[in-house]
Amino acid sequence: MIPELGHFALALACIIAIVQSVLPVVGAARRDARWMATAAPLALGLLVAVGTAFGSLLWAYAVNDTTVANVVANSHSAKPLIYKLSGTWGNHEGSMVLWVLILALCGAAVALFGRDLPTALKARVIGVLGWIAVGFLLFIIFTSNPFDRVWPPPADGRGLNPVLQDPGLAFHPPTLYFGYVGYAVTFAFAIAALLEGRVDAAWGRWVRPWALGAWCFLTVGITMGSWWAYYELGWGGYWFWDPVENASLLPWLAGTALLHSSIVVEKRDTLKVWSVLLAILAFAMSLLGTFLVRSGVLNSVHAFANDPARGVFILALLMIYVAGAFALFAWRAPKLTPTGIFAPISREGALVLNNLLLCSIAAVVLAGTLWPMFADILTGAKISVGPPFFNSATAPLAIPLVIAMPIGAMMPWKRGDVWAALQRLWWAACAALIVGFLALAVAGYPVWPALGMAMAAWLVFGAMVDVAERIGLFRRPAQAFRRALALPRAAWGAAIAHGALGISIAGIAGMGVATDTLVQLNPGQSTQLAGYEWRMEGLSDVQGANYRARRATVTVLRDGAVVTVLHPERRTFIVDNQTTGEAAIHTNALRDLYAVLGEERAGAAVLRLHHNPFAPWIWFGGLAMAFGGMLSLSDRRLRVAAPAPKGATVPA
Amino acid sequence: MSDTPVPPPRRRRWMLYAPLGLAGAAGAGFWVMLRGLQSGDYNPRGVPSVLIGRAPPAFSLPALEASGLPALSSTDLSGPFPGPVLVNFWASWCVPCIVEHPQLMRLKRDGIPVFGINYKDKLADAAAFLTRHGNPFTRLGCDEPGRVAIDWGVYGVPETYLIDRQGIIRWRYAGPLVPEVVDNDLRPLLRRYA
Repeated sequence: MIPELGHFALALACIIAIVQSVLPVVGAARRDARWMATAAPLALGLLVAVGTAFGSLLWAYAVNDTTVANVVANSHSAKPLIYKLSGTWGNHEGSMVLWVLILALCGAAVALFGRDLPTALKARVIGVLGWIAVGFLLFIIFTSNPFDRVWPPPADGRGLNPVLQDPGLAFHPPTLYFGYVGYAVTFAFAIAALLEGRVDAAWGRWVRPWALGAWCFLTVGITMGSWWAYYELGWGGYWFWDPVENASLLPWLAGTALLHSSIVVEKRDTLKVWSVLLAILAFAMSLLGTFLVRSGVLNSVHAFANDPARGVFILALLMIYVAGAFALFAWRAPKLTPTGIFAPISREGALVLNNLLLCSIAAVVLAGTLWPMFADILTGAKISVGPPFFNSATAPLAIPLVIAMPIGAMMPWKRGDVWAALQRLWWAACAALIVGFLALAVAGYPVWPALGMAMAAWLVFGAMVDVAERIGLFRRPAQAFRRALALPRAAWGAAIAHGALGISIAGIAGMGVATDTLVQLNPGQSTQLAGYEWRMEGLSDVQGANYRARRATVTVLRDGAVVTVLHPERRTFIVDNQTTGEAAIHTNALRDLYAVLGEERAGAAVLRLHHNPFAPWIWFGGLAMAFGGMLSLSDRRLRVAAPAPKGATVPA
Repeated sequence: MSDTPVPPPRRRRWMLYAPLGLAGAAGAGFWVMLRGLQSGDYNPRGVPSVLIGRAPPAFSLPALEASGLPALSSTDLSGPFPGPVLVNFWASWCVPCIVEHPQLMRLKRDGIPVFGINYKDKLADAAAFLTRHGNPFTRLGCDEPGRVAIDWGVYGVPETYLIDRQGIIRWRYAGPLVPEVVDNDLRPLLRRYA
């Protein structure tokens, strides 16, 4: 009964979405206030309907309703409740329902919080969100219905991929989806602006919080995904340039560019065409990721099981939304004329540089991700583009980006002075050089990791100088604290996010000097790695909630003193007999000791041991970046009403 | 620098169409990939084989005496067969072969003939492997020097080829036939070439 309710709610949601995609937009075109006024109630109605559908699916998973095919395929009564619930979105169908639920949530948020939004713009934005919802609801109903029944019901479900039974992964997809779907809202704003033929400062001010919010979620999502790959997959790496990872990085890069360019739209009333293009691109990249993961066109550890009919449907959606948006862009963009003046050496100039570099990185990553697939269909050649290409192609673009970041942040609007900015940053530059030199000469790092450390120091100290300058720490120390409190949260947020990137870069540089070894140890034997003695004490059997495990006990010693005892495991899940490795990690915030248990040979354990300096900084930096974004999002200027449309107050 | 709005010059107007063009080209490419996925021309997981669409190269291999199975030569693969058959390269020293073994046993139970080619193996070890894990093969040839595997372009063991009823190689999979590969890739192909 409940699954039928969910199915019905999905159909109802589809009808609401169709109405939502027509009435407000037509109303805006005809300037009919009553038609436009339907936008908000329809957006709320869509949320209720999709929420009901998702709730029904959650319920089916919670009670392990084996008459629902989706539950049978992805769940099992022996799973802990939290993983039963997270199983709802751990599969293709359920994750699509979650995707649409978040979209409906965003639409409702625009409807509720957008009270001061110009009526026509609001109606168009909600209408465009309706178009997106229609497409994906049709996709769910026709190709991926999560409420299909099986009769007679099997005795129990067929489990969930044990690799996915992990708290990090349970909340990783929803976080990413909030990011992806957030860019649907900026996309809707871009389309609405193109339909209206106007982009002004108010538009920039409305787009910015959405771009920022989506960026925060995406940053957290990518960070969690990277952390999950590090500790769960047991490969000892944090980023593999896997196509699916790239698919999440691409909207992040485009979204980061959008975040910065929308500031220029707001403050300087220029860069409009570019910002609209970026808003379309960010969402296009989100959709591209959805297509790549779910259509089966690429080979990845993350890809969902799939069938080609779905791929064709998603490709159709991708083409309708993205190609449609680009066609509209080509037609209407000439109307969006800049009104602000523009000097190359200025804050806006620095932000343009940021945009160019970020977009170049995105282009390189996109090309590297898609090239093997296109080479296959064009020439039949099977090639794989791996980390060497991505590292060597993105580094020359990332380095100038990092060098320019603190300088750009110090630059005033309209007309800046690079020399003046550099004078204030001189001690950050000195500190960066010293750190780089110490890494190279004292710690004995190779060139690239040492350069990374210098870059990291440059960003962290650059962010400190930025804040110190703004609060006049050295000029008027007495008032600095008061000024620090009065400093807008957006300024704090930007400085924290920029410094946090430095922290992540330090972690990445540290991983550049990580060492690992593969050893076969009998109980009592030990090996040396990175100045530590790793002693294999023994192997034992462990019984978990729904798995059996072999567990190795590895004591790590330094100079004869015990540092930690690690327990890497190999877990065999009882239901589907799948085996996963469970890495054991000990961290002291400066380095990780990391052990993975491999096969056993005649009583001896094959162990892979890693020493990863600064590894935790990668994810700490990612979370701190998102924190900076959140802080900026809570800025009073973003919460209070947007200014009146530019047209009303534009100077002659 | 000027305070007056400057419309984009005419000659740069075409740049506004560039995103549309790129998206269109990418869309067309994706369409070809999806069609290829259905027809089997495009397979992101498979390592390509020049043998696809051709008959197997000529060979004749001795039998594994201890197994009691008949020997294998290319004439046994020339068809016509009542249905598609599989050729599986394996070795007793290969751990992934143990992983894929239950799937081969299941295919045998489902009536799919699996022709085995034992690759660079000691005969006693190969026989012991079959005794311990079960024998999924209809015929079995021993390629102790590994010469036949070179002719086939074998990438490593295990490796499996699907041969249609007319004796034409249709599919190659390098790596163990884990249940997902059997369910998602092999079974649809077996149905298509049935």
